[in-house]
Amino acid sequence: MATQQADYATLATESMPVVKLYLAIGLIVFAGLMSVGVVMRAAQGASLISLGPDLFYQLMTLHGAGMVGTTGLAALAVNWYFLSRYVRLNPRIFLATLILSLLAVAMIVGAIVIGRFAAAWTFLYPLPANSLGQWSTGAALFFVGGLLVLGVAFLLVYLDMGLAIVRRYGSIARALGLPMLFGREPVDPAHPPTVVVSAVVLIVNVLGIAVGAVVLVMTMLHLVYPALAPDALLMKNLIFFFGHVFVNATIYSGVIAVYEILPLYARRPWGVSRLFLAAWLAVTLMVLAVYPHHLLMDFALPAWMAVMGQVMSYASGIPVLAVTVFGGLLLIYRSGIRWDAASSLLVLGLFGWAAGIVPAVIDGMIRVNLVMHNTLWVPGHFHFYLVLGVLPMVLGFASYLCSNGEQGRTGRLGVSVFAVGGILLSLSFLVSGALSVPRRFAVHDEAWQWLADLGALSGGLVLIGTLMIALPILVRLPRAQLTGAGT
Amino acid sequence: MQTNVLLISLVGMALVAAAFAFVVVRSGPRDDDSPAIISRGYRIRLGWLLFLCVVGVLVSVWSLIPFPLQLVGAPRAIDVVGRQWSWDIASRTAQVGESVRFRVTSADVNHGFGLYGPDDLIVAQTQAMPGYVNELDVTFEQPGRYRVLCLEYCGLAHHAMTAEITVTEEGP
Repeated sequence: MATQQADYATLATESMPVVKLYLAIGLIVFAGLMSVGVVMRAAQGASLISLGPDLFYQLMTLHGAGMVGTTGLAALAVNWYFLSRYVRLNPRIFLATLILSLLAVAMIVGAIVIGRFAAAWTFLYPLPANSLGQWSTGAALFFVGGLLVLGVAFLLVYLDMGLAIVRRYGSIARALGLPMLFGREPVDPAHPPTVVVSAVVLIVNVLGIAVGAVVLVMTMLHLVYPALAPDALLMKNLIFFFGHVFVNATIYSGVIAVYEILPLYARRPWGVSRLFLAAWLAVTLMVLAVYPHHLLMDFALPAWMAVMGQVMSYASGIPVLAVTVFGGLLLIYRSGIRWDAASSLLVLGLFGWAAGIVPAVIDGMIRVNLVMHNTLWVPGHFHFYLVLGVLPMVLGFASYLCSNGEQGRTGRLGVSVFAVGGILLSLSFLVSGALSVPRRFAVHDEAWQWLADLGALSGGLVLIGTLMIALPILVRLPRAQLTGAGT
Repeated sequence: MQTNVLLISLVGMALVAAAFAFVVVRSGPRDDDSPAIISRGYRIRLGWLLFLCVVGVLVSVWSLIPFPLQLVGAPRAIDVVGRQWSWDIASRTAQVGESVRFRVTSADVNHGFGLYGPDDLIVAQTQAMPGYVNELDVTFEQPGRYRVLCLEYCGLAHHAMTAEITVTEEGP
């Protein structure tokens, strides 16, 4: 194990400063945005804090856009760091992506805080142009423009990653392992899962961001020339395709931390097989086709799209549950794994991803969606994915990178507090959804408020757990060097 | 419906948690005969994969036939127009047992027509979209006050965009 950890240090040390920057910014922003989430739930509970609807919806937009963007960037850091072990990536381009992203953040935060923009992170057309006085056209343009700059930032680093993969493996298809899958080449168990997943992320997220760019530009044109009014249903399709693909690509990037680090702890390899390659090819195709499950209540859509949304919603969970999650459990069974902050967080991340599939798939059924769509059930399942899925993967990566996962009792306690808070938070959303509590409501009925209070309390636990894990990492980060010491 | 959905989800998530707990508890001591573990694991995985596929087919067939969004041929149509931040509903009364067809659209941005029953649980919903009319058939099964809430975020007073429909017992 020590040898393998030293191996990481040797290969990736020169690109550490940029990765550290991503992590430091990510961890700080995560904590800030969690605080915003806690304030929102407390305001819905109405017993501790009172917020005006204008401020609530601004915070909601900030929390949504911020969390999606920050999680995307933090997961990108995981992806980039490990991919750089196999292909030659350019740290300057990675830095340029960060700088562009910070510019995007400034535009988005400025639009919300100064311009009072509050059309949610999904900027559902034509709401950005119909604020009825809450925000100006300029603020909407800044927000939408900020998202566009963020998309360009991602595309920039994806271009470098794609070129590097093609230089090393000949094509994206070979990186994806298609010749091995279809029997044209023997299966090479040493072909890195990281490269396979990176190829998947590149394919789906370049498409997703390109579609996002189209809808963002169309929204901007509508803001400038209101007479230029695209079809609302088309725009909705484009927005949800982009949003769904981006969030899922973020999860896939985060999972790379599990593929890379967990085998070191378990002292067993996580090699590729035909089933592994088939699973990720299936994921690639299905993640592009599943987005209509967000539009099941748009009856104007053809019925076949709704059916496809439901079926794909279920089917896309199978590769996750049968390959990655099962593979992870098989890896650690009777492995004598060392349980520390990093390994616990990585396994928690796998659990959150797997468990979150259950309410997501059930909500993807048309019959269920008829009574659950746009209730708090939806944030219930995606908080499972994100708070208990991707975030622990990123934290586990950071913990491993900075301290080989050894964060002492505080770290282990932090993981427990984080896990309990995350589970309670997600369950408070799910129970609210089952009680038909609508999502995105600044003001809750009295009967619903106890659940919001429980959510605020749980969110507070998540924040405390995050700080217990992240603060020691942030202190160590500037001097951190990944070596085999302490193993 | 909602309670069943919650219970099924909790059971499913508890099973996932149980699988993780089982493996975490048995993560040690180390067994170096990993080929044997992998071989046994792959057999279990094959069964698990088949199970997921069979359940998927059965649940899909059960839940999609007949198609859940099929209109039942309600005799009375009620036009609904959502706008920031109110509902124009052509008729706000109905009788128990009556089937009505809500023809829902929007005059400005996207809204969500969410119909809440007297027990404050959602009965049915559809999106209210500019340029489109979504048709939703509902049979009122209970008398009382039905609330209409907006279920698609639409701006500053989204949460206050409400209306009521009164459903009375069938006349003699």
